[in-house]
Amino acid sequence: MAVRVSSLVKPRGAWWQSLGRDERLWVGLVVIWGLAMFAMIVFIWPAIGARDNDIQAYRVDPATFHDKVEAFTAANKVGEIAGVPVVAAPAGGDAYLEAAAFSWRPFLQLQRGKQYRLLLSSRDLQHGFSLVFGPRSLNYQVLPGYITVVQITPERSGEFPVVCNEYCGLGHHLMLGRVIVKD
Amino acid sequence: MSMQASLTFGRRCQVTDLVVDRSAEHQIMAHAVTAVVYLAIGGILALLIALTRWQWVHLLPVNTFYELLSTHGMVMLIFWILFFEVAGLIFASTVLLSARMVAPIVGWIAYAMMLGGSLVAMLLMLTGRATVMFTSYPPLLAPPTYYGAVLVFAVGAIVAVVHFFVNVIAARRRGDVGTLPLFTFALLAAAILALWSLAAGAAALIPAFLWSLGLIGPPDPGVYRLLYWGLGHGAQQVNLAAMIGIWYALASLTVGAKPVNEGLSRVAIVLYVLFIQMGSMHHLLADPGIAPWVRNLNTSYFMYAAVMASLIHAFSIPAAVELAMRERGLSNGLFGWLRNVPWGEPGFASLAVSLVLFGVFGGISGVIMGGPQANLLAHNTLIVPAHFHMTVVAGTTAAFMGISYYLVPLVFQRQMMLPAMVKAQPWVYGFGMTVLCIGMGLAGHWGLPRRHWDVTFSSTGPLGINLLAGSAEPTIFLAIMGIGAIIAVTGGAMFVLSIVGTVFLGTRTATPDLGYVSPEAFAPMPALVAGGSEDHPAAAHAGAFEVPGTLVLALLFLMLFIALYGYSWIELSGIPMLFR
Repeated sequence: MAVRVSSLVKPRGAWWQSLGRDERLWVGLVVIWGLAMFAMIVFIWPAIGARDNDIQAYRVDPATFHDKVEAFTAANKVGEIAGVPVVAAPAGGDAYLEAAAFSWRPFLQLQRGKQYRLLLSSRDLQHGFSLVFGPRSLNYQVLPGYITVVQITPERSGEFPVVCNEYCGLGHHLMLGRVIVKD
Repeated sequence: MSMQASLTFGRRCQVTDLVVDRSAEHQIMAHAVTAVVYLAIGGILALLIALTRWQWVHLLPVNTFYELLSTHGMVMLIFWILFFEVAGLIFASTVLLSARMVAPIVGWIAYAMMLGGSLVAMLLMLTGRATVMFTSYPPLLAPPTYYGAVLVFAVGAIVAVVHFFVNVIAARRRGDVGTLPLFTFALLAAAILALWSLAAGAAALIPAFLWSLGLIGPPDPGVYRLLYWGLGHGAQQVNLAAMIGIWYALASLTVGAKPVNEGLSRVAIVLYVLFIQMGSMHHLLADPGIAPWVRNLNTSYFMYAAVMASLIHAFSIPAAVELAMRERGLSNGLFGWLRNVPWGEPGFASLAVSLVLFGVFGGISGVIMGGPQANLLAHNTLIVPAHFHMTVVAGTTAAFMGISYYLVPLVFQRQMMLPAMVKAQPWVYGFGMTVLCIGMGLAGHWGLPRRHWDVTFSSTGPLGINLLAGSAEPTIFLAIMGIGAIIAVTGGAMFVLSIVGTVFLGTRTATPDLGYVSPEAFAPMPALVAGGSEDHPAAAHAGAFEVPGTLVLALLFLMLFIALYGYSWIELSGIPMLFR
């Protein structure tokens, strides 16, 4: 017959026994809760949520991406803040943003309520795209050699800082970009 | 094993009646002392770092901040924890089984590799020659000596883990042990997870090492991250399994608790071995290059099997405590047992602090931010270190501290110093960690980045946007974090002081006074209890719950979990941007 022993001594004989009433109840609840969380993430939220994690990705040579960003900037530039170009991405189109130690370029100008494909990549090291709404933030990992692609639709107008939240060297805290959402 | 045979390799402990292998004892001492020294170093760094991120103080200059932050991560997450865990592995595979160490020389080689590798890596980081953080993400480059040192450490740790397996298998072959004690079984799971994570770490770091030597091109940053997190988070799963073992051990030591259902507890431990490494992928939820279905399946199906295991332990351990109290007649009503548990006993206080903080703050936050959608609000913000300070620091470290109050006097055969301070230590430490993590978590939830020297951007000129300027909230959160850090580091210093004092100045005795330690903790046969409930608890208590108090507490915890989980989806919906 099963006996209970301290967790510090070797059990003797058969220590396997059926679950008591308390354990059956708890284990049952735990399994139901695990399944509920699974269903929420895999089925329910993708069906009802407008904020989901469908990151698309491309492989890219950092130099090629840089050229894309330069062409995007030249074609859509609307101004400059302290030497950094401000670029109005075409509504419904692509918005390029390049991370490099230690800058985010260009500053992006978007229209509220319009959808964009945001294309993020890095020229050198790993960086962290963090769009700070204050309160709350939206965050993606940015890797050299990969493009992180996200469909975004801004819902609030204003100027929001883009900070780097992946350590990228001793000037990490200098990286500052901007997303300007116009009505 | 016969008495004569046993005494040829060690002494018989007069408190526990276990046979203590002399070599094992010396190696436990070496690892434990090294671990505590690293903890002390890491603690000093922690204070300096927290006082820098508390913007009002902003103590360190920029380069020093990143250097010390790199060192702090490595020293705490890897060195303190692994030296302590190897001490635990040696204890569980030799002393606790009254078995001998198979190859002491192998143990010493492992120790020398771990010590040498860790010292070199730490010194390179401290002197600003490897300021690459704990993660050393390529193409951020460290010198070859850094990767080499970490690899030497990792190989040493692998040797120590393999030695653990050899010790257990040899003890079984000699017939010293049939079924392993639950504590050793949990450490066996930890050792399996350790092999997996150290192998993943080697797979990530060997290419980085060759690249730093100029022999190959830079490792793919995405592949490195995948492999690296097998170590980075895998090592934390080792901590989890070890901590669970210590929770059961502390419950047995301080109230004579016996697992209510040995089989259920062991199944839950096996679930960790099978599934918990899947959780490592939640570091990659915001990464390019991993298809959504892989992310979803990995983090929300396999991962939850491990979450279920944690929920089973979170029930089984308080249940064992409640049942032990009821069997001794120290309970009336639903929660009478909670009034009578030894709150003043440091081992029990550490268990309570560790279990509650790990479960409520660390566990729930981890599950929420480990979901692929909500993760986008949390990735690389301060909420990430807030989460793992609740698991590894408030959970694992508090449990390690708690078990030290028994193992150190027994192994070093000295009387514990400063008992009054030791009594207060878990509470001071737990309170400080709670305050620290509330501040850090709220700051990250607000949107502040981790690993960042200056969120006011005071040095970026006309581009600058001060993240603290718009509202008072983040400033207050960082202040709460700083104050919590001061209290928590004080609690940590109390631990270090009492252990170092005991090791060097404690009165020598073969029978140290261990406070409330239950005489049943090491008794091989269970003490008789009234009512025959040993036979079949379900049958003996037909119709009644055995542990109603624990059941109510567990249900309250589950309701809190469901409420916070539900709230996280509301939070997600509140982001002023749609993203898919």
